[in-house]
Amino acid sequence: MNVMTRPEVPDFATLIEKDRVHGSLYTDADIFRMELDRIWYRTWVYVGHESEVPEPFDFVTKSIGPQPIIMTRGADGQVNLLQNRCPHRGNQVCTEPQGNARKFTCPFHNWTFANDGRLEATAFADGYKGQDMSALSLGKVTRVASYRGFVFGSFAADGPTLEEHLGGAAETLDRLCDSSPTGEVEITAGFLQHRVKANWKFVLENETDGYHPAFVHASVFKVTDSGIGGLYGSKSTAVTRDFGNGHTELDLRPEFRMRDQPLSWFGTTPERLPDYVAAMEQAHGPEKAREVMIDGTPHVMIFPNLFIAEIQIFVLQPRAVDDTVQHVTALQFKGAPDINRRLRQQTMGSVGPAGFLLADDSEMYERTHRGVLSRDPEWLFLTRGEHRERTDDDGFRVGHATDEVPSRGIWRHYRQMMEVE
Amino acid sequence: MGMITVEQDITRRVEQFIYAEARLQDEHEYAAWEALWADDGIYWLPANGDAIDPEQQMSIIYDNRSRIGVRVRQLLSGKRYTQDPKSAIRHLITNVEVLEQSGDEVSVGCNVMVYESGLRGETLWAARTEYLLRDTPDGFRMARKKVALVNNDKPLFTLSFLI
Repeated sequence: MNVMTRPEVPDFATLIEKDRVHGSLYTDADIFRMELDRIWYRTWVYVGHESEVPEPFDFVTKSIGPQPIIMTRGADGQVNLLQNRCPHRGNQVCTEPQGNARKFTCPFHNWTFANDGRLEATAFADGYKGQDMSALSLGKVTRVASYRGFVFGSFAADGPTLEEHLGGAAETLDRLCDSSPTGEVEITAGFLQHRVKANWKFVLENETDGYHPAFVHASVFKVTDSGIGGLYGSKSTAVTRDFGNGHTELDLRPEFRMRDQPLSWFGTTPERLPDYVAAMEQAHGPEKAREVMIDGTPHVMIFPNLFIAEIQIFVLQPRAVDDTVQHVTALQFKGAPDINRRLRQQTMGSVGPAGFLLADDSEMYERTHRGVLSRDPEWLFLTRGEHRERTDDDGFRVGHATDEVPSRGIWRHYRQMMEVE
Repeated sequence: MGMITVEQDITRRVEQFIYAEARLQDEHEYAAWEALWADDGIYWLPANGDAIDPEQQMSIIYDNRSRIGVRVRQLLSGKRYTQDPKSAIRHLITNVEVLEQSGDEVSVGCNVMVYESGLRGETLWAARTEYLLRDTPDGFRMARKKVALVNNDKPLFTLSFLI
């Protein structure tokens, strides 16, 4: 008998072990479709930042996985996450990347929607006489919540709150905002979109992998005096941390505290950014400002798609099992023009399709994706540092800067999510 | 923009310069390519359109002369993995037009397609490229090169060769 059957649901316990994972997790299109249902259309996913829609009626197009999302600021100041699909016959109602619009009009049959998604008017309305049209609005992301200006959406009606989901990783966003003299970061410089022909989880895991920089980025360390190289050496005192819920960080503060020099984390000195330093001292007082400027901003991967890389924000977007886009731009500190200029310049050098760092990372993602299509060996090996993994004062797993604590944490959480129907 | 009358001689010299620059890029002659830059050279690939302010908005590349040097040294380091092995590339250049001449400087526009073959596969790039060339006793030097990819508002694969 030859009948079409649904692909069998894999037994994730046999694909994900404590310290090794099966290659098919990166390459199997059926598993990718399951990830959309069980991760991307369920958990809290980062969508955009409030500063991208500062005024009423502002909108910007974003995404959750392959689905386009319109983020709007309503007349009431609320941020809405809408689906770009007319409830009538499915046409897309918005084709501009950003703008300011009181309403969205579908070009197909001229139905008009308010910028919170409500259906405002239908064309030739006599054709709908006596029908209740009130349920016909643009689809909405079920739950919307924001933390320190970072807006997340979840398609699940129930589940953990955003703060419960962020857990210990929320503190890293606080740490980031502390580096702004106003306590606020802004996303205002426009995004680069860097596409890789590779599975999204290679990108996810690499963001807090401290083992690769010494090798993949050797060319940068060789031709610039970036001072980054030592952070990821075998003698580094930096630590990897698993916050749980799939969130991981590379905590570089132990290295920067040994240097004991404000702004050393950013490769500069207080003398070169006097306005920023003055504003920070004004905001925090000299002592706290000095501590914040020594510690620097976090290097944290918030599962599944928000990566804060000290001075950049990356938003990961899986479009297919082997098609991932990294949306990336410079973080900007509200009210700090002198450091913002430098943040943009360093970001442009480092990231995006031609970046000194990310072009090589992306080369590795693509080569690894092709590599794991080989049949033997079938497994990826994630044992590094198991013997020296320990628990920190907050109860989080930590390890050496180059250890695979983050990957093991990501896969532990991934398996939990994938095992829930 | 109206048409301007340009001497055949300058048009021909400009074309020869642009073709030679493209050949150095195609053949990965990084140091020889770097020598074509003026000391105040700016190498710019805008993102999200071709009219953004690169001092305020992200560009794919916005290199001053010193960063052009870093880019070339990285390619020469032997560890720029995204170009090891090197992409096989060929620039095709058409519609070369002298747009303006002023003193020793000449603005030139052209349309460019680049065919790239690398480990990932084949990629086709298309752009409007504009140069500000400065005439010197040693020939033209690039004071500015702006490469506006037609799809610079879309997700792009890695672009790590010199375009």
